[in-house]
Amino acid sequence: MTNLLLEWVIKTIVILLILVTAVAYVTLMERKVMAWIQMRVGPNRVGLFGFRLWGLLQPAADGLKMIFKEDIVPLQANRWLYIFAPAFSLIPALMTFIVIPYGSEIHLFGRAIELHVTRMNVGLLYVLALTSVGVYGIVLAGWSSNNKYSLMGGLRSSAQMISYELALGLSIVCILLYSGSLDLVEIVNKQSVWFGHMGWNIFRFPLMFVFIIFYIASLAETNRTPFDLPEADSELVAGYHTEYSSMKFVMFQMAEYLNLITASSIATTLFFGGWNGPFVGRLPILGPVYFVIKVLALIFLAMWIRYTVPRFRYDQLMRFGWKVLVPAAIVNIIITSTVILFLT
Amino acid sequence: MTGELEKILFIVVAAIAVASALNILIQRNPLYSALSLIGTLLSLSVLYLTLRAQFIAAIQIIVYAGAIMVLFVFAIMLLNVPKTQPEVEKQKGLRLLAIPFAGVLIAEMFFVLRQIRPLTLPVPSGDPDQVVGTTWSIGTALFSDYLLPFEVTSVLILMAVVGAMVLARREGD
Repeated sequence: MTNLLLEWVIKTIVILLILVTAVAYVTLMERKVMAWIQMRVGPNRVGLFGFRLWGLLQPAADGLKMIFKEDIVPLQANRWLYIFAPAFSLIPALMTFIVIPYGSEIHLFGRAIELHVTRMNVGLLYVLALTSVGVYGIVLAGWSSNNKYSLMGGLRSSAQMISYELALGLSIVCILLYSGSLDLVEIVNKQSVWFGHMGWNIFRFPLMFVFIIFYIASLAETNRTPFDLPEADSELVAGYHTEYSSMKFVMFQMAEYLNLITASSIATTLFFGGWNGPFVGRLPILGPVYFVIKVLALIFLAMWIRYTVPRFRYDQLMRFGWKVLVPAAIVNIIITSTVILFLT
Repeated sequence: MTGELEKILFIVVAAIAVASALNILIQRNPLYSALSLIGTLLSLSVLYLTLRAQFIAAIQIIVYAGAIMVLFVFAIMLLNVPKTQPEVEKQKGLRLLAIPFAGVLIAEMFFVLRQIRPLTLPVPSGDPDQVVGTTWSIGTALFSDYLLPFEVTSVLILMAVVGAMVLARREGD
């Protein structure tokens, strides 16, 4: 019991540290990818002792800079909600990761350690629950800043997240029909080879279309371009975090990139076989490596879309969500159930 | 040890639930009331977890804290209520009526509490994915034993949705 508790605590701390570091470097990756797509060089100066190191220490410099910025609370703002809103959006983003499996099982110090923090038989519902709670941080930040741009950003974001959550949930139903379990570990175990009966979900007949719906909806859920209406710079200054500065602003940025990482990890888990890959049965340590590669590829896809596709108009966004994505997801559920009915 | 932990967790979470439920009534600002209600809903879902009803706990957060309360907060923010609240009209007659009703409610609560005292949680046995409270057991029960009530409820909700759309529709649309 104590041993198990200790294992949980260590795993949680390790995951937390990895996630926070990953967030810092995903921001660097974002800037590098943006520069590459726009044919620029990007950040390449920050280094140590005169070595530039390809700008790899840029996140540290950014963090240090943000810490020394002045922390401003607007006079007319609702003080407590203004202070707590960044936490409301960061905590759910951090909590999601505990159900995602990133490997099978490794032997360390003479005991088998399963490479996921915890498994629950409602794992997928847990993820959905946290996504739906995550919207409060943005809404409260928008309201408590007492600024019309912030309020508009908060309102837009809540409307957008409610609309696209529906499509997200409905597209996950198709996965459930195939896997028969809400447990993410179980879902990954059912995709142990590439094709065929136990193949990756992305290679099954209706599920490749489901992935498109899922991916669009998850881009909207994480407020990424072309769905970054809550912080549309040209109309709303910076949206819900217009008034925020210093580390509170960083917390919003962290939550945003954490959500991107989490969304990519969930997509990997649900569609791309999670940590599965060649030789993973013989060398379990390869599991996390494959997992990270797949997640990075999906993050790159999101960045690629961000710097290629222009932003939607707000009414287009709502119409697309309700009149295209939701019906398409429902049709896919019907097709998936029919296929399963005829296969079994 | 697990039992002790569960007891401590229950006391803490139940205290939070009751405190935030009281806060809903005390607060003057409707947004604070809505936030307290979210607190109550979240702590209730933790209580469901201690009762081994994971599915209900997750659905509680998704449906109530995630969907319905977001709409509430949305509406409150859009209406932007004035800071000075108008005094609620005092209705003496209703107040007198409230006392017997409250009495009945409290008596009912004590009656229920006396009834459920001997009950204990069913000890989980067999496949851990199929014990009472999991998604599997609820899904199977809903689509076999309780199919008719389930379908009737869904038709009822559909009627409510269609009715709301008809009422909200503007002329000439």
